[in-house]
Amino acid sequence: MFSSTKFNFIIPIISVILGLVAGAIIMLIFGYNPVLGYQALWNGVFDSPFFMSETVNRITPYILTGLAIAFAFRTGLFNIGAEGQVLVGWVAAVWVGTAIDAPAFIHLPLALLAAAAAGAFWAFIPGILKAKLGVHEVIVSIMMNYIALHITNYLIRSVLTDNQETTEPVKQTASLTNDFLIGLTGSRLHLGFIVALLMVLIMWVILERTKLGYELKAVGYNQHASNYAGMKVERNIVISMLISGLFAGLAGAMQGLGSFGNAFTNTAFSNLGFDGIAVALLGGNNPFGVVLSASLFGFLKVGSLNMSTAGVPNEIIEIVIALIILFVASGFIIRWALLQLKKGEKK
Amino acid sequence: MENYVIEMLNIRKEFPGIVANDNITLQVKKGEIHALLGENGAGKSTLMNVLFGLYQPEKGEIRVDGKKVEINDPNVANRLGIGMVHQHFMLIDTFTVAQNIVLGSEPKKGLKIDMKKAVREVQELSDRYGLQVDATAKISDISVGMQQRVEILKTLYRGANVVILDEPTAVLTPQEIKELIVILRTLIKEGKSIILITHKLKEIMEVCDRCTVIRKGQGIGTVDVSETNPNELASLMVGREIRFSTEKIPAEPKETILSIQGLTVQDSRHVDMVKELDLDIRAGEIVGIAGVDGNGQTELIEAITGLRKKSAGKVTLKNQDITNMPVRAITESGVGHIPQDRHKLGLVLDYSIGENIVLQTYYQKPYSTGGFLSFKRIFDKAKALIAEYDVRTPSHLSKARTLSGGNQQKAIIGREIDRNPDLLIAAQPTRGLDVGAIEFIHKRLIEQRDQGKAVLLVSFELDEILNVSDRIAVMFDGKIIATVNPKETNEQELGLLMAGSKLEKEGAQN
Repeated sequence: MFSSTKFNFIIPIISVILGLVAGAIIMLIFGYNPVLGYQALWNGVFDSPFFMSETVNRITPYILTGLAIAFAFRTGLFNIGAEGQVLVGWVAAVWVGTAIDAPAFIHLPLALLAAAAAGAFWAFIPGILKAKLGVHEVIVSIMMNYIALHITNYLIRSVLTDNQETTEPVKQTASLTNDFLIGLTGSRLHLGFIVALLMVLIMWVILERTKLGYELKAVGYNQHASNYAGMKVERNIVISMLISGLFAGLAGAMQGLGSFGNAFTNTAFSNLGFDGIAVALLGGNNPFGVVLSASLFGFLKVGSLNMSTAGVPNEIIEIVIALIILFVASGFIIRWALLQLKKGEKK
Repeated sequence: MENYVIEMLNIRKEFPGIVANDNITLQVKKGEIHALLGENGAGKSTLMNVLFGLYQPEKGEIRVDGKKVEINDPNVANRLGIGMVHQHFMLIDTFTVAQNIVLGSEPKKGLKIDMKKAVREVQELSDRYGLQVDATAKISDISVGMQQRVEILKTLYRGANVVILDEPTAVLTPQEIKELIVILRTLIKEGKSIILITHKLKEIMEVCDRCTVIRKGQGIGTVDVSETNPNELASLMVGREIRFSTEKIPAEPKETILSIQGLTVQDSRHVDMVKELDLDIRAGEIVGIAGVDGNGQTELIEAITGLRKKSAGKVTLKNQDITNMPVRAITESGVGHIPQDRHKLGLVLDYSIGENIVLQTYYQKPYSTGGFLSFKRIFDKAKALIAEYDVRTPSHLSKARTLSGGNQQKAIIGREIDRNPDLLIAAQPTRGLDVGAIEFIHKRLIEQRDQGKAVLLVSFELDEILNVSDRIAVMFDGKIIATVNPKETNEQELGLLMAGSKLEKEGAQN
């Protein structure tokens, strides 16, 4: 028999393998060479330090949005509003990064803090509505996504700039980029991954080692029992959303202070928040699992850009990702198949 | 050779780290009611799940009508004429009785479901066995007892010859239990055989022909009910002598611990459920609240413990006004609460049993320092309480969900008593538990009383109220309508009081 923790580990791995195999089959059907395709995917990341660094830059916000979603899930909430929280975090970070003059040891933390606070505030609204009025957080946070999209566009056009689509770059004192890293790789590799990994540890510590985490999870599992134990259920729902939004806001800062170094108007969502749902799901809502699944996502997204050199359209990777998620979501089928195999062996 | 309809021979079923069934043999004769008796967690449900095809045994064989069979899923069991009524019903609330019954084997007319035929068939079946079920009623509109009959009908509709009933009386009122017994006898007359999973000795003595006892996963043996008595069955089941009436020294009540004055409480529909209720409980006494479910007992307890708002009145604990305190402050001021619904209130089922042990104290030293938890200290405490209260669990890390009801309850009781509260509230503390666990829990409650604690016991079981309480307060329609001495009353008088009649001599006679 497999224990459930083993399943949590095995199912994502099998799903990834199945997703890649299915991708290969699709490539074959449409007359592409899957070996060359996947080779190009691999080389697209590992052939040059430049693309490896770009991959790390891509992974960093995925980790943070993955954490945001996973943290909410673990405490019984579905924060589908990470997308909007990323956007407000992004603009808040750039705002502080452009508008203030301060030494780096103040400026950078301040800009990060602004992003975290903005994301947390954006998540606070669905949180408080759920806690006080019982409005489902999914509905409110979806709407908050659109509000974020349009408000950030307005802020960029009318407050941060004078009718421009792009802001000034953030001042060097607020930037996550680092001359040493840039010199090493020639890319825009920035220090954000340190922030992301720090947050991974923080999430783990909160959930597994603190009184707060014990309460948040208890409320997520069983509000009645939490109430019986004297926990403040409403307050804990709000705190969960705040922490979740904080992670998502920081994901925005990674873009605004790192990868792009500015903010620009968007006509559509960045998808960082939505992809975070998939990252969390594949990572089993475990902070360390999120690092692994975010890495896979970053690798696939960056590597796919190189697949056209093998004549394979890079959209194939979107299909592979979608299939992986499908396999994870239907994990019970894999579980069943494994148990059947196990049984077959016995006989 | 005897004519057995079901034979389970030397069944062994293992789970990781535990042998749930070890060499158990169960042979059911045609046309008998066969009891399967065992403590919570003894392996009764596992054995029945093996028979029903939900689990595969590691060893042993199953025979139906003398032929060896392999039952690897419930559909096979159905085809072999084995039907099961689970303790938790598997019905769709918004469907009618007939829709639920035919679900999965609907009579068809072309591509459409022939609902008329379904209703007719179900009604015929119900009439034949005297079940008095209305085939067109919606499940959500009928009582729990009726829902159970629907479950029985469901097995009959699928052609069951052998009906397994898992703890069928746990959810029923005394009246419904009587009706169920009549139904079971009708089924037997019609040639069906019944396996009754239970730990209630009274019922076995009343309806069963033979009884197979299992203890800690081992088959102990099968006895003819006519040749045994409750005491023997109990000691077979538990493996030692059981005393039915708990021994206790007379109470020596001292100062008043809990005082309730003019308490009025509304339920979620804003109906007054507790109406200007007065009640005092003193140190060193157990006050039992007798009453039919739904007369405000739940609301009363929720109000005392702060889980529910009070619309009027005053509650004091040791002369301290706790009327408007939040839950935690009330808990800390010296109230222990063994809640009626242990799954909903008493435990976080997805937490380990160790984590549940500190559900009321996790935020205090030494478990929490500076916001960080010490799982070493938490689990040390958990291990100590698990040992002291005989909670049977593979480990303190096992999820609370995986424990049997009795062991879950022991963990809750250990947790609440260990905090050394001045007032211990026990709501239905033995619901669904076996005699061994009941004896254990009653002893603990009396022990608390002897240590000078005030104990408030709410129970729908008259036996329990009469046995354990030092004073009985009868609750009817939100009020305490009488207070009686358990030594000077009996079930009849209490029954009448619970139905709302006044304590008058002629009232008691009628």
